[in-house]
Amino acid sequence: MDILIAVCLVVLALAVAYVVSAPLRAPQDEEQHDPDQGRSRASEKEAADEKAELDSLLTARENKYKEIRDAELDFRTGKLSSDDYKAIDAELRAEALEILDQLEALDRS
Amino acid sequence: MAGLGFACLLMALLVCVYGIGASLYGVRSGRAEFTASGRRSVYALAGVLTVAFAVLEVAFLRNDFVFNTVADTSSRSTPTFYRAAAVWSSQEGSLLLWAWLLSLWSSLALFLTRRRMRDIASYATAILLGFGGFFIALMVFYANPFATTHPAPAEGAGLDPLLRFPTMMIHPPMLYSGYTLATIPLAFGMGALLSRRVDADWLKAVRRFAFAAWLFLGVGILLGARWSYSELGWGGYWGWDAVENASLMPWLTGTAFLHSLMLQEKRGMLKVWNVSLVLATGTLAIMGTFLVRSGVLNSIHAFGGATLGVPFVTLIGVLIVSRRDMLRSEHRLDSLLSRESIFLANNVVLVGLCFVIFWGTYFPLISAAVTGQESSVGPPWFDRYTVPLALLLVLLSGLGPVIAWRRATLANARRNLLMPVAGALLTLVVLLLAGVPGRPYALAMFSCAGFVLTSLGQEFVRGTRARRAMAGEPAPQALLALVRRNRRRYGGYVVHLGMAVLFIGVAASSSFKHASELSLAPGQSARVGGYEMKYERPTATVTPQFDREHTGSTMALGAEVNVSKDGHHVATLRPSQGYYASGESSAGTVGSLIAGQAVSHISMSGGVTRDLWSAIQPDIGAPVLQRIVSTGNKTLPSEDALVALLYLAREYLKHPPPAQFHFIVSPLVMWIWIGGLIVLGGGLIAIWPAPSTVRRRVLARSRAARGLARA
Repeated sequence: MDILIAVCLVVLALAVAYVVSAPLRAPQDEEQHDPDQGRSRASEKEAADEKAELDSLLTARENKYKEIRDAELDFRTGKLSSDDYKAIDAELRAEALEILDQLEALDRS
Repeated sequence: MAGLGFACLLMALLVCVYGIGASLYGVRSGRAEFTASGRRSVYALAGVLTVAFAVLEVAFLRNDFVFNTVADTSSRSTPTFYRAAAVWSSQEGSLLLWAWLLSLWSSLALFLTRRRMRDIASYATAILLGFGGFFIALMVFYANPFATTHPAPAEGAGLDPLLRFPTMMIHPPMLYSGYTLATIPLAFGMGALLSRRVDADWLKAVRRFAFAAWLFLGVGILLGARWSYSELGWGGYWGWDAVENASLMPWLTGTAFLHSLMLQEKRGMLKVWNVSLVLATGTLAIMGTFLVRSGVLNSIHAFGGATLGVPFVTLIGVLIVSRRDMLRSEHRLDSLLSRESIFLANNVVLVGLCFVIFWGTYFPLISAAVTGQESSVGPPWFDRYTVPLALLLVLLSGLGPVIAWRRATLANARRNLLMPVAGALLTLVVLLLAGVPGRPYALAMFSCAGFVLTSLGQEFVRGTRARRAMAGEPAPQALLALVRRNRRRYGGYVVHLGMAVLFIGVAASSSFKHASELSLAPGQSARVGGYEMKYERPTATVTPQFDREHTGSTMALGAEVNVSKDGHHVATLRPSQGYYASGESSAGTVGSLIAGQAVSHISMSGGVTRDLWSAIQPDIGAPVLQRIVSTGNKTLPSEDALVALLYLAREYLKHPPPAQFHFIVSPLVMWIWIGGLIVLGGGLIAIWPAPSTVRRRVLARSRAARGLARA
């Protein structure tokens, strides 16, 4: 029984070591879907920052679209006057456009 | 096997230490392979703790009393169903459950963000592993679930009979899931502050986890209340007990966060507030864990407050102050009459409620620190402050849905509030005309609930109508499409609806219940809340492990009570008291079979209008019954001791001594549970991911929006 437990422990420890060290042994396997692989550390950091900014803008865009839809629903359910809705909608669309422009600029860079 | 379990704990501790180091080194040096390795440490931790938990679970199921935890909280006579759940009835087992659940949820969160927010996720990994490591270290050094005794005792002490109920099987894992899930937004929030990326992106990543934490905590709280009501002998569902409060506080701050995060998503507002709420929720969840496990406030003070709480809260404060420039709001309120304002008010009330409960819960510590004497506050103190705040909260939950985002005009607000105000007034007038006794707070709550129900009904009708006008769909289809396309909004409305229903139940049952505690002999009756309760006959069972409630009691003595109203039979109640073996030979061969904790088996007749609730405390100390026990102790060996119990039960049936009864007639209690289920349903609607078709439509709309904006 003790030997069986010892064997189990060794197997478990090896499995843990294998899982945890995989990226250190072969970083290219871990980030194989990452287009930034193979770059220098500095450009990798830059790419990571760009990716973070892209994610942030995509989230902002999603939130802005949601806001546009919410304003429309508020208007259609009688919570916003027509004038207010027009003003808010135009404002929101302008903000959405700003985000889209930033996304395009990021894409171009 | 205990060796394997303890080795797993040591391995888990090492994995935590390594993972923290790898994540921090990876994020500081920009080496992605180390951050990836740190993240994989969390997966490995989940694997190792799964093995550890399985070892302990198997030990319980196999009655392996070599394990101290098994011997202390289980026994052969504990039914298998409850043996499986006994793992988390001990401090050691529940710490293991906590760490295990934390590792599972952390793995899920980090897997979902593996290609996003690298810096934030790396810090979050280190923080989550820090929490895991702290709890594992507690187990390794203070509360080892794999501690053993040789030779093993022949029999265990058994699971506390009060815990032998199905709700208690799932109540702790639900609460613990809520607590551990709440630490994920906390870790990501701190990660966002540390990596100086405090935009809405991290909120998007943790939103579902915050919602899931809120949902699990809510279900856990509700199950706890249900257990208290239907299994404990006092007939209440909420007693402002410290352990109950510990679960309610993070739920309240979590509720506030779920509202205020929308303001940051939409307007870039309340960044400091949101970070603070996330951190407060996570911290309260961790404090709740200590409170739940220790049972006494002193214990938290001993190892929770001193080692974790103060430095941790200080770190949070320093982080928020040092990042205050980045946490500045991008927009200000457009108008005081806007949904943003209602959300702010709602947040203030929720945090106010949490503060009141925090003060009352920790008052023993506060008073001891200030006066040197420990004193505590009771339910009347809590009621005095929480009831008005709850009223305000319910009112706001009906006001928010009818006010527009950004700015609403007075004319629109007046028009939208007309029906809800009429609903509230109508409710009040109907109740007064119906002669409902004048309890101001209860009447105010019913009126507020009337306001909320009308307001939400109006929202669903108007939304459906708008959808029909746009898509030309029949009403049911339009309603479904409306909810499907706006899950968070309408899921949230359903949650508000459920809360209003729940508060109706709370107000009615706490204000208009009739309770009576009295002694009755067979044939005697009592009048409670207009019902006639007649003690028809005694009941007794001596069927170890197969008692009516399947809780493993050795003997149960009870009564059959006939309930009638105006001469018509309404229900038959069969309350009883279960007696459990103590395992102590000093009580004698017969006495030890029933010397354990005596537990009430409640009998209820529930309905949508009222619950009839009963509990009994038979006089087992009556001389004629005690004589049988003492004679049996002197003359019967343990293998024949059950014979004496059979004789005792027969004597109880033939010559029953008067028994102490507790009757409660409580109106609308069922609506508390129905309201809770509605809240759960609404929460699931809100948390459910949007279908891909909706995403496609959103994208199509985005292109159209862009075109319009350029035009």
